Parts: sequence; C-alpha cells; structure tokens
Amino acid sequence: MMGAILHIGLYHYLAVAAVLLVLGLYTLATRRNAIGVLLGVELILNAANLNFVAFAGLGNGDAGGQVVALFVIALAAAESVVALAIVLAIFNKYRTIEIDKVSRMKE
Amino acid sequence: MHEAAIKTIHVSYLWLMPAMPLLGFLINGILGKKLEQKLGRWVVHSTAIGAVAVSFVVACITFASNIAHPHAVLVTRLWDWIAFPGAAHTLHVDLAFASDRLTSVMLMVVTGVGLLIHIFSTGYMASEDHYGYWRFFAFMNLFMFAMLTLVLGDSILLMFVGWEGVGLCSYLLIGYYYQDREKAAAGMKAFVVNRIGDFGFIVGFSLLLWSLVGTWDQVSGLYHYQAAFSPTLTFRNIDALMADATFRNAFLAKHVLGVPVVTLIGILLFVGATGKSAQIPLYVWLPDAMAGPTPVSALIHAATMVTAGVYMIARLNFIYAYSPAAMTVVAVVGGLTALYAATIGLFQTDIKKVLAYSTISQLGYMFIGVGVGAFSAGIMHLMTHAFFKATLFLGAGSVIIGMHHRQDMKDLGGLKGLMKSTFWTFLFATFAISGIPGTAGFFSKDEILWKAFDTNNLLIPGWIVWLLGFIGAGFTVFYMFRLVFQTFYGEPRADEHTLEHVHEDWRMTSVLWVLGILSLIGGYVGVSKSLGGSNRFEHYLEPVFERSAAQIHFLSEEGGHGFMHSMGGEYTLMGLTLLLIAVAIWLAWKIYYNKYRTPEQEAEMYGKGLHRLVFNKYYIDEIYFKFVVNPLLAFTRACKWFDHWVVDGAVNGAAWLTKFFAWLDGGIDAVFVDGLVNLSAHATLGLGRQFRKLQAGRIQQYIVVLATGLSILVIVAFLLK
Repeated sequence: MMGAILHIGLYHYLAVAAVLLVLGLYTLATRRNAIGVLLGVELILNAANLNFVAFAGLGNGDAGGQVVALFVIALAAAESVVALAIVLAIFNKYRTIEIDKVSRMKE
Repeated sequence: MHEAAIKTIHVSYLWLMPAMPLLGFLINGILGKKLEQKLGRWVVHSTAIGAVAVSFVVACITFASNIAHPHAVLVTRLWDWIAFPGAAHTLHVDLAFASDRLTSVMLMVVTGVGLLIHIFSTGYMASEDHYGYWRFFAFMNLFMFAMLTLVLGDSILLMFVGWEGVGLCSYLLIGYYYQDREKAAAGMKAFVVNRIGDFGFIVGFSLLLWSLVGTWDQVSGLYHYQAAFSPTLTFRNIDALMADATFRNAFLAKHVLGVPVVTLIGILLFVGATGKSAQIPLYVWLPDAMAGPTPVSALIHAATMVTAGVYMIARLNFIYAYSPAAMTVVAVVGGLTALYAATIGLFQTDIKKVLAYSTISQLGYMFIGVGVGAFSAGIMHLMTHAFFKATLFLGAGSVIIGMHHRQDMKDLGGLKGLMKSTFWTFLFATFAISGIPGTAGFFSKDEILWKAFDTNNLLIPGWIVWLLGFIGAGFTVFYMFRLVFQTFYGEPRADEHTLEHVHEDWRMTSVLWVLGILSLIGGYVGVSKSLGGSNRFEHYLEPVFERSAAQIHFLSEEGGHGFMHSMGGEYTLMGLTLLLIAVAIWLAWKIYYNKYRTPEQEAEMYGKGLHRLVFNKYYIDEIYFKFVVNPLLAFTRACKWFDHWVVDGAVNGAAWLTKFFAWLDGGIDAVFVDGLVNLSAHATLGLGRQFRKLQAGRIQQYIVVLATGLSILVIVAFLLK
C-alpha cells in the first residue's frame, strides 16, 4: 500500500503542471507589476516544460520531450531578455512599471 | 441784341480788386502764424494792408475811368462760369466783373474805408495775442474779397457769391473771440438770421431767371418754358431787356398765382436785404454782432456789408421801378426800422449797442431813399453813413482800448480832456449823423426825407414815410448827444488805475481824423439844387438810373401840387427838421450835460413801464424765442420723437420681427433636424462606447476572458460527454 502511495506516476506530474499553469495564469492576469506578469509567463512556460518532460520520461522513452523542454528554456531566457529590456524602456519613459498606468488607450 | 443798348468797355484790371485781398487772405491764412512768429507782426498787417491798398489804387483808376465814360460799363471777363455749349437758349453766365458809376461809388467806399479800418486795426489789435493777430487780418482780407466780389459781380449769381461770402466773414469775425460762448453764439445768430434772408434772395433771383425765359399759366399756375434767347443774368443785360418795350410789356404781364411777378421778385429780394442790412423783422442779429472786435463792427456792421441790401436794390432799380408795391414795402419797412431802432437806441447803456441800433436806424433811411425811388440819395447816404458811422465805431474802439475794455457808460464819462482826438472826431461824426447843417449827414438825410415827402410813386401817401423818418431823426439826435455827454462829459467814473493809463494810439487817431473830416465835408459832393448846389452826386449816378427814373414819379416834378411840393415846401420841411434837431439837442443838453443818469434814474424820468419796454428792446428777442425759435425747437424735438419712435420704431420693429422668426426657425432646426442627426450620432457613440470596452488593450483582461471562456468550454464539453 505504501508503495502504491509513494509511486509517483504520470498523473502526479500532470497535476503539478496543471497547478503551475493555473498559478501562472493567475499571476499573469492579476499582477500590476510588469515583472510580476513576466514571472507569470515563466510559470506557464515551466508548466508546459513539466508536461513535456513527464510525457517524455514516462511515455515511450524517446528524448524528444526533453529536447523540446531545453528549447523552451532557451526561448524563455531569450524572451526574458527582450521583455526586461522593454520593461526598462517603459520605466525610462514613464518612471513606472505598473502596467495600468502605462496604458494609453481609452476606456 | 439786347446788349446794344448799354455800351461795354472791356478792361483787364477789375479782377485785381477782389484778387489782391484774396491773395492776402491766402498768405495770412496759410502762413500767417509762421510769419508772425518768425518775422513779426508787421509782416502780417503789411500784407493785409498792402493788399487792400492795391485794391484801393485800382478802385481809383476804375473811378477815373467811370468818370470819363459816363454811359459805359467797364467789364473784365475771366471765363465761362455756367455754360451749356451747343445747346441753344440756355443759361450762360460768365465769371466777370463789371463797374459802372454806381459800382465805382461803392468801390471807393469799400476800399477807402476798408483801407483806413485795416490801418486802425493794427492799433486796436496790437494787444491781441490769444486769438491770433494773423487770423484777424486774414478774415478781414477775406471779407474785402467777398465784399468786392459782391460789388463788382457782373451777374446776380456772382453778386450772390459775394453776398454769401460777406455773411461767412461776418460770422467768422463776430465769433473772433471764439472761446467766449456768448460771442460765438452771437456769430451763429447772425449767420442763421442771414440764412433766412438769403432764402428770400435765392427764391427772388430764381424767380427772376424763370420769368425771363418763361411764363406762368393764368389759370393753372403751371410754368411754361419758352426761351427766345440765352439769359446771362448780368445786370446790364436785364437792364437792357427792361428798356426794350416789347420785352418789358410781356415781362410786366407775367403773373404767378395772380401776383405780378415783378412785385414778387422785388419783395423776395428785399427779404434778402432785410437779413443782410438788418431791417425789420430780421435786424435782431446786428446788436449781438457787436461781440466782434470793434474794427469789425465799423467795417462790416456799419460801413460796408450791411449796406449790401441798399446797393442791391439800387443795382436792380430797373426791376423795382416797375413795381410800386415792392417799393412801398421797401420804403415802409425802411421808415419803420428807422424810427423803431432809433427808439431802442435811446436807453442803451453800452456805447457799441447804441451805435448798433443807430446803424439799423440809418440803414432804414437808406431804404427809405431807394424805396421812394431816390436811388442816388440812398446811395449818397450810404456813403456819408460809411464815413460818420465808421468814425463813431472807431471812436468807440479808441475809447474801449483807452479804457481797458470798458464800454458801458457807467464806467466812462469825462473823457473829453483825456482823449482829445477821439472826442473831437466823435463829435464831428455826431454832428454828421444828427444832420447839423453843413455836415455830410445833413445833405444826404435831408434829401432822403424830402424825396420821401415828395414821392408819388408809392401805394400810400409819401408824407407817412416822411413822418416816420422825421420822428426817427429827432430820436437820433437825442440818443447821439446822450451818448456824447455820457461818455465824454461830466466826472470820470472809471477807477483811478484805469484813468492813469488812458491813452490814444496814433495809428487809431490818424484814421479817426481822416474819417472825422470826411464826415464833416463828405456831403459837399451832393449839395441839392435848393441849397444852391448843383447836386453833382446825383448827376454822376444819372446814367445808371436814368432809364428807371422815367418810371419814378415825384409830385414836385409833375407840377401843380401846391406849396408843399414846390421849393417852398422843401425849405419848410428843412426848417422843421432843423427845429427838431435844435429841440433834441437842447433836451439832451438839459438832461445829460455834465450829469450822469443811471438806468434807474432814466426809468424814473421817462416812466417805468415805457423805460422797461424800450430798455428791453420791446422784448423782440424774447418774442422771437417764444414764437419762432421755441416752436421750431419744439418742432425739431417732435421730429426727433417721431424719428426715434415711429421711423426708428418701424425699422427696429422689422428687425425685431426678423430676429424673432430667425430664432423660431433656429429653434425648429436645433430641436428637430439637428435632433435627428444628433440622435443617430449619439446612438453610434453609445454603441461605440460599449464596444470599445472589448478592445481596451488590457491584455490581463483578455487573459481573464480567455481563461474563463476556455474553462466554460471545457466544462461544457466535459458535461456533454
């Protein structure tokens, strides 16, 4: 019974990934701070990564999932660079990174 | 054709007489202020006096020429003035100057007295430095220009130009002290009253022009134009036309609404004369005109301008001779004015006011003269009056300057020893105006009174006119000697400071002596036959008046009218006049010699009611104000009210109505038309506002919607499975 409990299967991974995804979405939707929003994006990407790795490790044994995960990490790094540069530019222009205050569109 | 009757000699110099003063006016008027500041006053008055002096010299030449050519008119034609080239029988007026013997007498008086008064003015105006020395002389020269245009004008139209010009100068010079409201108002009064007369003058000569070239229908009164020649409106032209029996008979038969046109013309032109020459009923401006500087009163309001009316009637003798009715009006108005103004002169206390009423009265005598047909006697009185009245006014001016601008008798008195030249010349002129035998006024006034008595040319007996003049003569003597006694005799009434500074200016006294002596001897040019003379003056003017003389009737010349219309009658009347003069002088001596009488004492002596009536000039000014000026003002106010409420009201009402409709229209437009347009706009806008919220650019919002939608879809898909 204990073995059955300690056995970590595919569903566990998927559940953690789903929790991560939701937390990421939540962060993404509610953060006022641009850095916080970026953190939300990172969470979502990592949730996806977790799924890739889980399916790769516990699925048919092929390494494609890991490769994609590495790609995603590299993409995320690149995306962070670009995004942080934009945030810095916004800060320089508006002296704030609160995304509500930066909005210039009419209600 | 008609000109043939009167010979004309074309000369080149007549235009110089008006032109020189005009030049003087332009120089002083434009540059006078600069000349006075840069070069001094002598330049200003030298220019003015020089201009008049040249005119005087030319006048002397003209006079000599007129003596040499008794029956000719000297003409200087400058250019066409009013002409319609190509059209037949239309008005054709030249700008031309003409001089016959009548003109030459006027020229000598105007330029001679004018020159003397210009010289006098240099003394009188010497202390003037507020109102402009140059302004005074510029206006004086302008006046000389206008007066000489009036006298020399060849046609009635050019005479009218001068006639208006002298009126303007009179206005300008009466209001010379323009900062004094009362004096400025006096100038305005003179101008307005003269305009009333001028209206009569304009209608008169227009009627003359029309009657020369047309007739009025007897029944309907409509005018028919039927010219057979081009009227020129020159005096000699009309004179020649009237000498032509055919034309004359046709002319005299013309009637307007039943009145002979010649009578209408005569009376209307005389209305002009009553304005310019201050006769009843338009004399009221002349006493006020004393507001001007005294040389102006002497030149314009005594010697020259005011005699223009007399000159005009003498000039148009060929019209008046054919209308006994018009002549009766002239003679009676003249007689009434002579008497009436003399009575007002009795109680005036301002020396210039006495002289002003005296002038009105003396002008009355001139009108008696021309009115009864004694044209040459009227003109002679015009000349002698110019001498003695100029002397009197200039003497008054000398007193005013010597006494530091005091001119009321209450401040004068006892000047006999202090102002010797002024006193003696003033006395000479007083003798002349009183008609003391041998002086200038005696010959001219006596001739007029005799002719008035003797006339058989009026619609009323001549002795009525004579009586008016006779009584007036008595009053004249009385007020003049009152003036002399109150001013020059008795104790001086001025304060000591003034008396210490009493002085006479040689520029003034020299002129006074010349004019004073002329007042004494000026009458010898025309001693009548009854006094052993040959009446040279009348003979001199005979060529001018001979054609109308045939129409004028005097009883003595028609024979068989008893003692009073023979030489004996003339001596009897002369004796009566002398007796009257003696009595008047004696009375004045009794009452005023060495005794000053205040107006209150005079009121006691003559009766309070009478004195008050005469002292207040019969309240004529007040009556005019009550019955003419105020009704006119009320009428203008009524017009203003009508204009304001009815005319403006109609305009404003229309404007208001338009505005109201525009407002209504605008309202409909705004509410309904615009409402529809705005409604669609508002609907679009509202819709857009709602939809806009979907595209707010808030990515976080999108994510929420996206996640929610996805969740719903997932749940639905799960449930449906």
